[in-house]
Amino acid sequence: MSLLFDEPGPRARRRIRIATVAGTLAALALTALAIRQFGANGQLATERWEPYATWPMWRYLLTGLWSTALAAVATAALSMALGLLLALGRLSDRRWVRAPSAAYVEVVRVVPALLLVYVVLFALPRYGLDLPLFWKLVVPLTVSNAAAFAEIFRAGILSVERGQSEAGLAVGLTRAQTMRLIVLPQAARRVLPSIVSQSVGLLKDTSLGFVVSYGELLYSGRVLANYNGLLIQTFVVVALIYLAVNASLSKLARTLERRSAARA
Amino acid sequence: MSALLDHLPELWQGLLVTLQLTVASFAGAAVAGTVITALRVSPVAVLRLLGTAYVETFQNLPLLVLLVLAFFGLPEIGIKAEPLTTAIVVIALYEAAYVAEALRSGVNAVARGQGEAARALGLTFGQSLRHVILPQALRTVVQPLGNIFIATTMNTALAGAVSVVELTTAANRVNLVEAQPIPIFVGAGLAYALIAACAGFVTGRLERRLVMVR
Repeated sequence: MSLLFDEPGPRARRRIRIATVAGTLAALALTALAIRQFGANGQLATERWEPYATWPMWRYLLTGLWSTALAAVATAALSMALGLLLALGRLSDRRWVRAPSAAYVEVVRVVPALLLVYVVLFALPRYGLDLPLFWKLVVPLTVSNAAAFAEIFRAGILSVERGQSEAGLAVGLTRAQTMRLIVLPQAARRVLPSIVSQSVGLLKDTSLGFVVSYGELLYSGRVLANYNGLLIQTFVVVALIYLAVNASLSKLARTLERRSAARA
Repeated sequence: MSALLDHLPELWQGLLVTLQLTVASFAGAAVAGTVITALRVSPVAVLRLLGTAYVETFQNLPLLVLLVLAFFGLPEIGIKAEPLTTAIVVIALYEAAYVAEALRSGVNAVARGQGEAARALGLTFGQSLRHVILPQALRTVVQPLGNIFIATTMNTALAGAVSVVELTTAANRVNLVEAQPIPIFVGAGLAYALIAACAGFVTGRLERRLVMVR
């Protein structure tokens, strides 16, 4: 079953039972402590949670979630396109293409996304480039995620066996045709799980809309909390929405991974 | 350029806070991540469930949401702490999920015979984990852990969004005063690149020293 333990004997079974009880108790104790702390400060009062059983609150948050989705989809589409170009650039046999692509990936990997957001927010307007709010979030996220996607695509392309592209060249396809018709379709399948899990990271990044004041989910939560004063309740609900969406995406990534592992 | 030099003390202070946040939260994440890995490979189903739930929760929540929740929410339930401390704890808990995931893949990469041999010698679960499995698992995940360290450095910038003045925020404040974005932001970017380069250098050295030739 696992490399760390065998089928338990009578003594091990007793120990496992003890650990089960202890673990459950510890988890319950932590939960109880949290609930006590909430209760002692009046955060469990029904009227503080009741608003989140009403439609207008949810409509507002779901509008935020929709904006999150829009920003995430735009960022994903743009950064995947840019990432693919960068990956092909890094694998090119012309040095003047290879070097800048590699430099882009290596530099962006070590710059915080928030710094890029600040650059777009405060530096670009000084040079006469004042983007709409939506693009103030999407552009920096695209810049940073493109590097991540480039590495994923590059790994995918390199994982396709040499013989495939050699065969393509041998039947008289050009290098571009070989890449487009033979290598990329196979690479795309292999990197699908990584792309989905990178998309979870990307969706998490859109919470930087909080800084940009673009009305995505977290920023909507802040606006709502400022308005109704229900800080904890609002942000807990926001966190649960993120958790539900991202957990489904992560599950999709795992399913895809299992499926491609089964095929291989 | 003078904009950068005039404000060197503020930027230096910001860099120090970034380093503090990075080192302290990575150390915390390493410890918590190891404990969670131990839970996830233990023979007790409840503990495995708790470990998996932890990793799933923290990997699927944006760090900024956790920071906002901690900064605005904890005082509401009577837990007050220094902003820096709160940020360190939150980032440590968040990165612990990633450390745990990396370590678990390392544990899975340890050859089956190693665990069997440890048990055959009569080592308990804890002993075989501590003396046999984890030391070997750690060697295979030096590179992933280095990447997590770099990601932690990048993520500490988010603490700036909730009132901790670290390098990114310090740079932004200097820029708001001086209105010279290019030297200031490039300078801050270089500082981050330097931290990442150091981390890369150290992990490279560690990997060469720890690698096992089979």
